[in-house]
Amino acid sequence: MSPVDAASTMFLAVSLFFFTAGTIGLVRLPDVHSRLHALTKADNVGLGCVVLAVLLQASDWTEGFKLVLIWLLVLAAATNVSFLIAGGTGKRDHDDGEGDR
Amino acid sequence: MNGAPLELFLLVGAALFACGAAGVFRDAEPLRRVIAVNIMGSGVFLLLVAIAARGGGDRPDPVPHAMVLTGIVVAVCATGVALVLADLSGGGEGDDDDGERS
Amino acid sequence: MTIVQLFDALLALLLLWLAWRAVTEAVLFRAVVSFVALGLVLALTWFRLEASDLALAEAAVGSGLTGALMLAALRRRSDRSPPAPEGPAKGAALRQLPGWVLAFAIFGALAWAVLHLPIPAQGLTEEAHASLEKSGVTNPVTAVLLNYRSYDTLLELGVLLLAVVAVWSLRVAPRLRPGSPSGPLLEGLLRFLIPLLIVTGGYLLWIGAFAPGGAFQGGALLGGACVLVLLGGLTVGPTTGRIALLRTGLWAGLAVFIVVGLGVMMPDRWFLEYPVERAKLLILLIETAALISIGLTLGCLFYGGRPESGSSDRSSP
Repeated sequence: MSPVDAASTMFLAVSLFFFTAGTIGLVRLPDVHSRLHALTKADNVGLGCVVLAVLLQASDWTEGFKLVLIWLLVLAAATNVSFLIAGGTGKRDHDDGEGDR
Repeated sequence: MNGAPLELFLLVGAALFACGAAGVFRDAEPLRRVIAVNIMGSGVFLLLVAIAARGGGDRPDPVPHAMVLTGIVVAVCATGVALVLADLSGGGEGDDDDGERS
Repeated sequence: MTIVQLFDALLALLLLWLAWRAVTEAVLFRAVVSFVALGLVLALTWFRLEASDLALAEAAVGSGLTGALMLAALRRRSDRSPPAPEGPAKGAALRQLPGWVLAFAIFGALAWAVLHLPIPAQGLTEEAHASLEKSGVTNPVTAVLLNYRSYDTLLELGVLLLAVVAVWSLRVAPRLRPGSPSGPLLEGLLRFLIPLLIVTGGYLLWIGAFAPGGAFQGGALLGGACVLVLLGGLTVGPTTGRIALLRTGLWAGLAVFIVVGLGVMMPDRWFLEYPVERAKLLILLIETAALISIGLTLGCLFYGGRPESGSSDRSSP
């Protein structure tokens, strides 16, 4: 396995850990706010690791740019959605619609 | 495509269709029926895409794909109209749900 | 079992479990969420089955927009009648039995039918790819949609228009809940997200000629942008002029399609038979108009009714 592939695999393994941690947090933590905390942080870092893994395999810079853009967009969307779910507007709204990807 | 097991996906498509049908038979509540009908639609789409993939390799038949694409758009249109109708008909007699605050 | 087979098995199980949940969940909100999740897993399945164009459309429209529509309907429903907690009626399980039996029979019949399909089978792949140079595009799905079966797509744009006509005929748009949550965080997000959506929609339109994408996927993104505008409270009050502009956008797609279809008939061709050297340009023209129509239509479906001119500005906090 080439060093690039090995690095990609390592990043993927790390991301697996983060996603699992986030999901355990979702299932086990007691209330909305702590679950949001777990999900937003862990899942986004996990996604970042996946993006890094795929970035190493990308064929040219345009692919890489799109991958990083995807990660940034997911970060932005996740942040806002968590804020809204946590009642950042003073009202608890479950249905703020889907921020389109 | 790594040889996707098409029989599996064909069966899942059939199962989705049946699951949606069960939902339509089960619930009188308009919103649930809309969900169930959409699931039936998804089952049909899965059947079509699996049928399209029978060519093997990485050149699936594009005609069923076009049909499914059309189907997805038409399904959302129908859902939009159905939801307005559901609103106007006074919403549901929710027989087995206790609202959306879980 | 190889990794890939394991992945396929998990995908299948996930699809079935989510569909089951969406149909049987007691709490409606959870059923809707299961349905949205099902749409996303379905998008993954399309990608697995080499249907990338479909994956794009499913994620944006089938899962995202349909989910938004349902959640909005759910909220309006709870606004109308406060939820009355009710246990399942006596004998409910027994009453549902015929439904389940029928569903199982349907599954049996379908399963029998599909398992008798010949695998592998060619379908129309060869014919579609053979005529690709003459079609004006290199993405076979786009070629089918906008050239080989363009009449179907024309009718589909008609269906989109019909849906808006239906919704507008049924009622005036309900008020969005006052005090739309447009705090600085959301506004900041929308200020860069909406232009990005529009640009990406145009990008998808452009690459649809030679890579997965196309007018429908781009239109879906545009529809998403419209939904975000409505939700973020960024709308301006509907005036007669603006509604006229909206109407034009809504029927523009269908109109351009028909005009092009008739226009190419001039020097004795059939309806929608593009001259080969102009095909690419004509397809791009049609798709651009379709993109706008699709985006506006999806936004109107979310709006849920006819806009009335002169009504007060909904964006007031």
